[in-house]
Amino acid sequence: MQLQYFLVLAAALFCIGIFGLITSRNAVRVLMSIELMLNAVNLNLMAFSNYLDTQDIKGQVFTTFVIAIAAAEAAVGLAIVLAIYRNRDTVDMEQFNLLKW
Amino acid sequence: MNLAEGVQIVSFGLLALMMIGAALGVVLITNIVYSAFLLGGVFISMAGLYLLLNADFVATAQVLIYVGAVNVLILFAIMLVNKRQDFAPVPNAWVRRGATALVCAGLFALLSTMVISTPWSFSTQQAVGDGAIVAIGKHFFTDFLLPFELASVLLLMALVGAVILARREFIPDDTLTALQQPALTLPERPRELASVGAGSPDRTLAASPSEQNK
Repeated sequence: MQLQYFLVLAAALFCIGIFGLITSRNAVRVLMSIELMLNAVNLNLMAFSNYLDTQDIKGQVFTTFVIAIAAAEAAVGLAIVLAIYRNRDTVDMEQFNLLKW
Repeated sequence: MNLAEGVQIVSFGLLALMMIGAALGVVLITNIVYSAFLLGGVFISMAGLYLLLNADFVATAQVLIYVGAVNVLILFAIMLVNKRQDFAPVPNAWVRRGATALVCAGLFALLSTMVISTPWSFSTQQAVGDGAIVAIGKHFFTDFLLPFELASVLLLMALVGAVILARREFIPDDTLTALQQPALTLPERPRELASVGAGSPDRTLAASPSEQNK
């Protein structure tokens, strides 16, 4: 097992997350893509923690923090999606232009 | 290569295939409910990868928090905004998708060459393994104490903020009786307004749609 396998896998997951973040029209799917990207970052941290920092596993501590932040982000993001849906009656990202111009 | 390494390689390959396939499904499948369930698959295979990386505590936390909380929250949000509508097609949408795919592929190639060409300084010590929980706990209460407490405050703030953002606007009692105003109808299915007082007007509001159905 190599460190590089995990890092390449995390890079692939991160790129899939960016693709979904930019191209998806549904606001809930955008939040799901953000979760994918956060998971890719977590995998990077865990791989570094296992292969480069085996005794002083700070990567796992950081991963725990990232998981906590991701849970908070998901709750607030989905609440915002619900509020937007009540006001605009849609979840289409193309029609959310309140703050655009 | 001995047996343990072979098992590790095979399980890594299976988990990686599962994860990449489920992640592509999350992004590409048009039905959002399928996407949400595939997101659970991504989280579970990620927990398996954490087990391969000698981190059983974080794997457990991943299953508990991501699959148990975040994924269920996303499913609830999908059901709350479940409006079957076809989005209006945007002209030149394929240009956007193609450009984004190109950029993402370029980023992946860049990251991969960086990962492969970097000389990593591997640690020669044995992995801490089962002592990870003790080590994480010591980190939490010694050198990461301030971020730990800040994370708890942030979770509390996120809780209160989510409640305030997602709750309904307060509707006064005198306007509740005038039900025929179309401006006050919520853009959702009619349901019982439980939070607006204990008086009789909201009962009539809850009872009226079922009577109309009869």
